[in-house]
Amino acid sequence: MSFVFYAIAALTVAGGLAAVLLKNTVHCALALTVAFAGLALMFLELDAQFAGFAQILVYIGAVAILVVFAILLTRNAETPKDGVYSRNWLAGLVIAAGVFAVLGWAVLQSVRVLPHETTTPTVTVLDIGNALMGRYVLPLEIVALLLTAALIGAVIVAMHEKERAK
Amino acid sequence: MMGQATPLAAYLLVAALLFSIGLAGALTRRNAILVLIGIELMLNAANLNLIAFWRYGPHPELLTGMMFAIFSIAVAAAEAAVGLGLVISIHRHAHTTDLDAMNRMRG
Repeated sequence: MSFVFYAIAALTVAGGLAAVLLKNTVHCALALTVAFAGLALMFLELDAQFAGFAQILVYIGAVAILVVFAILLTRNAETPKDGVYSRNWLAGLVIAAGVFAVLGWAVLQSVRVLPHETTTPTVTVLDIGNALMGRYVLPLEIVALLLTAALIGAVIVAMHEKERAK
Repeated sequence: MMGQATPLAAYLLVAALLFSIGLAGALTRRNAILVLIGIELMLNAANLNLIAFWRYGPHPELLTGMMFAIFSIAVAAAEAAVGLGLVISIHRHAHTTDLDAMNRMRG
């Protein structure tokens, strides 16, 4: 494993930890952006250029901005006085640690049988476009329908209260 | 130890760590937006698994894992839009996003 991988992994995990641990909600959103950027770099490291740039466009460009908008619209920018953690935070922490223990154990147990192709796959955007328009055209249409329904649903859910007040 | 192991195992371990961090965030924070941030981290860890298995699996030219990750990114974007819309709606209704304070279903 190269130094680049360790650097990107450290950046991603540090971003994720900061997004979960920081007290100020806006700082959490910014740390989340760092984690998303680290994951995009990791996709590029894995020779998945299209997925890497889609990650940058969708997550850093849209989801992170959406999260910041939601934080500012709900006036969550300042730190609450009565703590940021839930009442039963210890149970949540134990469950998360247990899940990590099981996942890590499973990965370490299967190290010997994991596949390791050494040839770099040469996948162009043309291949991805052909696959999307050929073999995966039905899932693509369903995702288009899902995105339309989700956006209309989000708008309706967010404007519901105002409608009732009229 | 990672020296002789496949690089895939290292990626899987990073993804497992990221998933657990997201799960811990979703379970321990009391702000609804931060719970959504934790869920986003978990989805991203799953995407990393898909891409890593695509890269080191037997038939990368079939694009299966890559397509799965791309569709997963699209579904996650829809989830974020609906989730944050719900948070804004709840905030307008109850004037809080504290999940410990939201303990009844009637308005």
